[in-house]
Amino acid sequence: MFRLIKGHGTDPFSWNIDTLIGATVQTLAIISGLVLLGMILFLIQESLPLLNQISLWQFLSHSRWQPLDGEYGVLALLIGSLLVTLISVLVSVPLGIASALFCHDYAPSWLANLHRRILQLLAGIPSVVFGFWGLVTLVPLINQWQPPGASLLAGSLILALMILPTIALVADSAVGQVPLSYRHTAASLGLGRWATLRGAVLPSAKSGILMGIVLGAGRAMGETMAVLMVSGNVVQIPQSVFDSMRTLTANIALEMAYATHTHRGALFVTGLLLTLMIAGFMIILAIARHREVLRHGR
Amino acid sequence: MLRGTLTGLLVSCTPSNTSETLVLTGSSTVAPLVSEIGQRYESQQSDIQVDVQTGGSSRGIADARSGVADIGMASRDLTADEQDLTAHIIARDGITVILHDANPITSLTDAEIMDIYTGEIDNWQEVGGEDTSIVVVNKADGRATLDVFLNYFDLDSGEIDADIVIGDNTQGLKTVAGNPQAIGYISIGTAQAGVEQGEPIRLLPIQGVAASAENVANGTFPLARSLSLITSDNPSDAAQAFIDFAQSDAVHDLIEAQNFVPVNQRSRD
Repeated sequence: MFRLIKGHGTDPFSWNIDTLIGATVQTLAIISGLVLLGMILFLIQESLPLLNQISLWQFLSHSRWQPLDGEYGVLALLIGSLLVTLISVLVSVPLGIASALFCHDYAPSWLANLHRRILQLLAGIPSVVFGFWGLVTLVPLINQWQPPGASLLAGSLILALMILPTIALVADSAVGQVPLSYRHTAASLGLGRWATLRGAVLPSAKSGILMGIVLGAGRAMGETMAVLMVSGNVVQIPQSVFDSMRTLTANIALEMAYATHTHRGALFVTGLLLTLMIAGFMIILAIARHREVLRHGR
Repeated sequence: MLRGTLTGLLVSCTPSNTSETLVLTGSSTVAPLVSEIGQRYESQQSDIQVDVQTGGSSRGIADARSGVADIGMASRDLTADEQDLTAHIIARDGITVILHDANPITSLTDAEIMDIYTGEIDNWQEVGGEDTSIVVVNKADGRATLDVFLNYFDLDSGEIDADIVIGDNTQGLKTVAGNPQAIGYISIGTAQAGVEQGEPIRLLPIQGVAASAENVANGTFPLARSLSLITSDNPSDAAQAFIDFAQSDAVHDLIEAQNFVPVNQRSRD
């Protein structure tokens, strides 16, 4: 197995080092793959007691979640997770792309660097800090406008703020990787700055930007603490952005410590569902990138 | 729920290499506290090992009767047909209804609180307050505080019409502190600590009894329950020694750290 990786050098010493490093790296990569596989198997094993009692379809299609009465329907939670992810992405994508273009084409370099530093700082703030800020500042503000304040809107805005740095920084590097010749060609055609960006730079950076969006969406979907603190956590399908709602992740965090037996199993099924959804995001990303490579050959 | 907790078995084990093991089973509300007490007890009595398992109050009581456990743990009072056992109260757990400081209301009747939580009353004007909607803050299913609240008001968790569902007490405190229209309920320990730290909340009396740790300890505050260790009428010496330790001043800091109220009460039949 380790013979797969072989050094290019002819000198036997460097071959040995490469074999050793190759073997180590390969082993570590296999371990991390096995850990993921083990986690998924564990989730499936813990989910089985519940799935033997109620069908997966019943689990997914009912919106009543009353663990004390033995009712487990995750539809409202699923819709909550998807909505909060969708709205946060819709809010942060225009901001993220605008920020990338600002850094490259509109800002003087000192300002662009300052802006990037600020985004990196934003990316490093722990989610519980965002949640706490949302709970003591954003939720009371929304409450003055439309009670109860803790709502889909609050959750989406906090998440948008959290995923903005990911989307902006990845878009920034994607825009930075657009070959200079594209800009030169566009300039020689007499195109203005915006026309160049729209016609040449953005289409070329599309797959990179998309990657940032999927990474951001994955983070939004998996985020727990911040959402739990600001979105109200009532199990219901929100009728407006001002309604309280609960996500799949918040549901696990709220009930895990106290859940036993089928209730615990139901939470594990929720975890499995989340894992599969994130995996779905990654597959979409892989397909999109594959198409891009086919088209542009890079 | 009873069936779930009866059959539920969460084992927290410590390595067994000492001579005598005390097995405690029962309420998941009492278990974290008893685990802490047990650890301190083990560090002082090197020949005793305390093994705490959860599974609900009813299991704790049944195990204490059958002898499967040396001591049962219960977060409810013994019923009429459980009088062959003895409950040793180690702490009390009181919860209180809280409002924002800006809300002019200073007391609510039990019926009003019930109507607010079931959605019958949804404007503060209906109970003598300002003309604003009520934001009902409830606890997530499975939380011990929710159980006490539901039991006292004889409600089912499905009947509650909540606007915000919260996890722990601190989140409840912050939620109500940030919303003048909110009503919530949290443990009295957390609420009092919040008031001392200047959080803008008000603790409401229940049935006219002020919400204070003293009233919880002396048993006059109605929205409260006892956390007890359950034994047969003649516990073993080792069990009795542990109970004495759990009821002593030496564990008050552990009880308060879990937001419960120490009682220092002798055994009660």
